[in-house]
This record gives sequence, C-alpha cells and structure tokens, in this order.
Amino acid sequence: MLFALLLDISYAVMGAGIGAGLAAIGAGIGIGRIGGSAMEGMARQPEASGKIQGAMLIIAALIEVAALFALVICLLISFRQA
Amino acid sequence: MTAFSNSFSRFFVVLLLVSGMAFSASGQGQHEQESGEKLNVSELIIHHVLDDHSWHFADGFVLPLPIIVYSAEKGLDVFSSANFYDENHEVVPYKGYKLDHNHIFLADSDKPVLDLSITKNVMMLFINATLLLIVFVSVAKSYRRNKGKAPSGLQSFFEPVIIFVRDEIAKPNIGHGYEKFFPYLLTLFFFILFGNLLGLLPGAGNLTGNIAVTMVLAIFTFIITNVSGNKNYWAHIFWTPGLPLVLRPIIFLVEVIGVFTKPISLMVRLFVAITAGHIVLLSLIALIFVFQRYWVGLGSTLIVLFISLIEILVAAIQAYVFTLFSALYIGMATAKHEHH
Repeated sequence: MLFALLLDISYAVMGAGIGAGLAAIGAGIGIGRIGGSAMEGMARQPEASGKIQGAMLIIAALIEVAALFALVICLLISFRQA
Repeated sequence: MTAFSNSFSRFFVVLLLVSGMAFSASGQGQHEQESGEKLNVSELIIHHVLDDHSWHFADGFVLPLPIIVYSAEKGLDVFSSANFYDENHEVVPYKGYKLDHNHIFLADSDKPVLDLSITKNVMMLFINATLLLIVFVSVAKSYRRNKGKAPSGLQSFFEPVIIFVRDEIAKPNIGHGYEKFFPYLLTLFFFILFGNLLGLLPGAGNLTGNIAVTMVLAIFTFIITNVSGNKNYWAHIFWTPGLPLVLRPIIFLVEVIGVFTKPISLMVRLFVAITAGHIVLLSLIALIFVFQRYWVGLGSTLIVLFISLIEILVAAIQAYVFTLFSALYIGMATAKHEHH
C-alpha cells in the first residue's frame, strides 16, 4: 500500500514544492552570509566599499544561479502532469 | 519635498501609476471573456518561455514566421506558419505536416522532420546580430576617425565598457598574449549582454534563455580553450605532475570530466539565470489573471517593476560571469611556466 501511495504523482509534486523551498533557504543563507561579510568589510574600511560591493553582487549572482538549478528541476517535476 | 521635484522622480512616479493602471485594467478585462474557461497558468508561462513558430506580440497581433522543414520523404518545404492555424486558432495539419506542441511531424507516419524554421528565437538572434553589427561597426569607424583624439558619440559610451572587459576580465586572467583572445571575449560579452537585455523587452523572445544558444556559446569557449591549450595544460590533464603514480589514473579521469563540466556549467548557468528570471516575472504577471482584482494588479505591477530592475542587473552580471569564466579557462589553458 505504501508503494502504491508513493507512485501517486501528487507526492512528487509535493516533493517538488518542498525542494523549491529548501533551494530558496539555501540561496538565502548563502547570499545573507555574503551580504553580512560585505557589510562588515565596508564598515571596517569605507574606502574599499566600491570594490566590495562589486564583488558582492557578482558572487550573489553565482549563488542565486545555484539555487535556480534546483528551482528548475522542481518546476520540471511539477509541470510533468500527464 | 525635494525628492519629487526633479524630473526623474516625477517620470518614475507617473510610469508607476500608468503601468499599475494598465496591468490592473487588463486583469479586469479578462474577467468578462474567460468566465467559463479556467486559465492554465503553467502552460501560459511555459509557452512564453519556450520557442515558438509564430511571433505573438499581443492578442490579435501575431507575426507568422516562415517554416523550413526537410525530410527524406518530402524534401525541402518552405511555407508560412499561419497555414497551421485555421480561423478558430485551432491547430490543423497542412500539406502532410502536423504541429504538435510546437514540434513538426509528418502527418501520417508521426516521424520528426529536420526543422530549420525561422522561429521566434532565430528572429531574436538576427535582431541581436544586426544590433551588434550596427553598434560596433559605428564604434570602430569612430575609433578610426578619432585616432589620437578624445572619443565621440557612441564610442564614448562603449569605451569604458570595452576597457572594463580588457582590464578586469582579459588582462588579469589571460595575462601575456591576451590580445589574441580579446575580440572573442568582447563579442561574447556584448552578445550575451544585448541578448539578455533584448529578452527583457515586452513581446521579445527569450534568446539567451534557450539552452541551444548557450550550448553553442559554451562550445565556442570549449573549442577555443582546448585548441589553444599548451603543453603544460595537456600534461596537467593526462599526467598530473607532483602526484604519486598510483593516483594518476584516477586524477586523469577526474581531469577529463573537468574538461567537459566547465563548458557545461557555463551553458547551464546562463540558461538557468535568464529563464528562471523570466519565469518569475511571468508568474507574477499571471497572478493578475488568476485573481482578476484591481489591487492585485497594482501590487503585482510594483513587484514586477522591482524584479525587472533586478533582472537588468542579472543580465549584466551573467554576461560578465560568462566572459570572466571563459577568460579564466583560456588563461588556465595558455598559462606558461608552471613551477612544481
């Protein structure tokens, strides 16, 4: 009976929803840490704030793309309604 | 209230109000038409993100694009994609071909045909290439004309960006001999930047969010990296120096996989960043059609405006990141004198 339950597509879609949420948490933590370190660096040395800001934006984009990988897979699962 | 006194703030506020009204009104109008039919949001979003055989600018304003197919049975066939639709916008088979989810098959045997049509993304590619040619031929002419003098016109707009690509991307990563690869890096950067920005315009096609386009760009980087790889580069892959001999076959496999995962990561990164951005924007706009209320229209417009600004930033950052990593890989391939 458990096997029959697991074959139900709606559980896959629920998994996709949970996965998308977890991906967002991951991106949030990563970008939050980058932002925190950037703030700290800018507070210690205001002259370097231009460079720090530039580096922060670029790294934030890379982390965001990693979260979007997971998001795309979750979308593919949820759009797989037959 | 000095904040609202300058013309930029006033323009911004007016734009906000007008777009809020336009979006919310569109939601209200839809309510009259579709009271019987349920809106399939995911199909709407996927349809807008994927490629299409006809260019759908707005409701009723459709540009049918030419279809060019080749098959062993019927040879080369060229016709307008409007032939696939009848008066009720239903898909009908035409001349032995049928359209199924935007793929063309032979009507009787259901076999796929070689589809070389001018689709929406191909049109966007042509527009992007034309724009690049117009802009940069004019900039090159200005450089020839203003030899030794200060830049003028369009040249003065692009010169800081070109110098940025040279001093922040090409020179630090490739070092000596960067001039050989600098034209490729510039082309890559501006192609991706223009492609990303053009995709954000209303009614435009999703050029750099097409995985085939990003795959070709990654293949270019892959070819250029490996063709210009010097002896150090190949020695590092096949027979990594400084390792105990037992580990070298394992590291050889890891390095070979690494040669292929680098362009694959380039391809997927650009595709995912742009496509996911478009999906987020389309989902927020589709909220208006789901709720069909004025206040949802206004709220959605504000959020979409804010996220569109982020998308412009993402467009520039993704162009920079793709070019930076390409320069990095080329630099690693052409690096000289490794001390071990």
